[in-house]
Amino acid sequence: MKVLVPVKRVVDYNVKVRVKADGTGVETANVKMSMNPFDEIALEEAVRLKEAGKATEIIAVSCGVQASQETLRTALAIGADRAVLVQTDAELQPLAVAKLLCAVAKKENPTIVLMGKQAIDDDCNQTGQMFAALMGWAQGTFASKVIVDGDKVSVTREIDGGLETVSLKLPAAITVDLRLNEPRYVTLPNIMKAKKKPLEVLAPDALGVDITPRIATLKVEEPPKRKAGVKVPDAKTLVEKLKNEAKVIQ
Amino acid sequence: MSILVIAEHDNQSIKTATLNALGAAAQIGGDIAVLVAGSECAAAGQAAAAITGVSKVLVADSPLYGGQLAENVAALVVGLAAGHTHILAAATTNGKNVMPRIAALLDVAQISEIIAVKSPDTFVRPIYAGAALATVQSKDAIKVITVRTTGFDAVPFTGGSAAVESVAAGADAGLSTLVGREIVKSDRPELAAARIVISGGRGMGSSEKFKILEPVADKLGAALGASRAAVDAGFVSNDLQVGQTGKVVAPELYIAVGISGAIQHLAGMQDSRVIVAINKDEEAPIFQVADYGIVGDLFQIVPELEKELG
Repeated sequence: MKVLVPVKRVVDYNVKVRVKADGTGVETANVKMSMNPFDEIALEEAVRLKEAGKATEIIAVSCGVQASQETLRTALAIGADRAVLVQTDAELQPLAVAKLLCAVAKKENPTIVLMGKQAIDDDCNQTGQMFAALMGWAQGTFASKVIVDGDKVSVTREIDGGLETVSLKLPAAITVDLRLNEPRYVTLPNIMKAKKKPLEVLAPDALGVDITPRIATLKVEEPPKRKAGVKVPDAKTLVEKLKNEAKVIQ
Repeated sequence: MSILVIAEHDNQSIKTATLNALGAAAQIGGDIAVLVAGSECAAAGQAAAAITGVSKVLVADSPLYGGQLAENVAALVVGLAAGHTHILAAATTNGKNVMPRIAALLDVAQISEIIAVKSPDTFVRPIYAGAALATVQSKDAIKVITVRTTGFDAVPFTGGSAAVESVAAGADAGLSTLVGREIVKSDRPELAAARIVISGGRGMGSSEKFKILEPVADKLGAALGASRAAVDAGFVSNDLQVGQTGKVVAPELYIAVGISGAIQHLAGMQDSRVIVAINKDEEAPIFQVADYGIVGDLFQIVPELEKELG
């Protein structure tokens, strides 16, 4: 059973992002970039499936600029067997990425495609569902538990108010939530080994996919800032203020 | 303009998140139809017809839609899409699950979690966990949109008298089945819709000590929330998590107890009208967004607060 894991290169989650002065986007030059944390969880799950003898091969795939090769090397160090980069400098929106992933999936024939539920840069939360739709596959989004059983996979999903379990026919696409697992640390020997693993580079044109953006970003700005308020000495003063000044309680 | 809003419901009644999505639809303008896809959902269809601003209700009543499985619901909506300029749903876990599937099948982009409508094709949405706001314009013929509920006022549950039409169910995609749900039962208001929220963080120390927030929540009629740190530490279950990766809330009053104020938490509550922070660390970032702060030991302040509330 092959598992395909799409990974995205994003601004590291510890970086405080700054909006560019000209309002065209956020500053990404000279900013630490990392693998999207949700994708890291997806990859960890794939590696665990392989360690459990369920998966035979893990292919990491990324769509984006040349530097995404670094992200793929990290994926190889975590445990992917080989990597594919669909390389382009063009802006990629979720629908285009889903189509590129479809083209890769049709070449690779994976049984499961595991990816993060959303990327922490554009916060779209779309690519997995779009990919599943275009493949005509079942989808299991926001997974906190994944159990492969024969020709089906059971996915426990985090939904508003609790959990839901669905049984999906394989092949299927699964998008993962935070609590699925805790990704392992990358070790130095594995980083060295990752350098020798195969990394194939493809062009979107070669896959026959139109990646033209459908959405234009007109402006990016900082949200209105909240001002720090006042410190109050005790609960009594607080309740008085909430009643008489803010008027939020009776 | 002709807008189709996918209702979130429990077959009996319409969830309040749908009223916020309808608030966004009203700002776009035009005819608003609501789709109620469910199983034995006639009552929910009637409830939808009574909502202000709804001109038509489409009811797809079939066991196929009982579990709200994305594969079947998306196929149904795609069949109903012709003639609509916009398809909207609240950005609940349900909306987030099904809407991108609909968009891909229609070969259009999705605009996720809008918080403002600038014009029928231009919207504002947060990116980078709310650290930036993007104004985006869709070039597609049909705009598929999820609506962040805290960005729009709810339309009233009553005042409308829309016609109810039933629509035929589609075929079963045969891809997925619902095995079961575990919904946490609570007498307190729902977190995303509560007027007051009191949340605890890592500073609560343990699941046992977290319970000191409960009597305060009960006196205020508040929902309980938590930071990711408190959830990861196992103090409370993950459905209480407020933040970028949990629920986004914007109540009248948000009380953060023992929460330092990590960016990912602030992204989930900074639109609250009044914010109160109780923390022993004077330098905690939560105080930078709080209208009222108390620096001190929460285990002393919380019981005092309970007493003061009478």
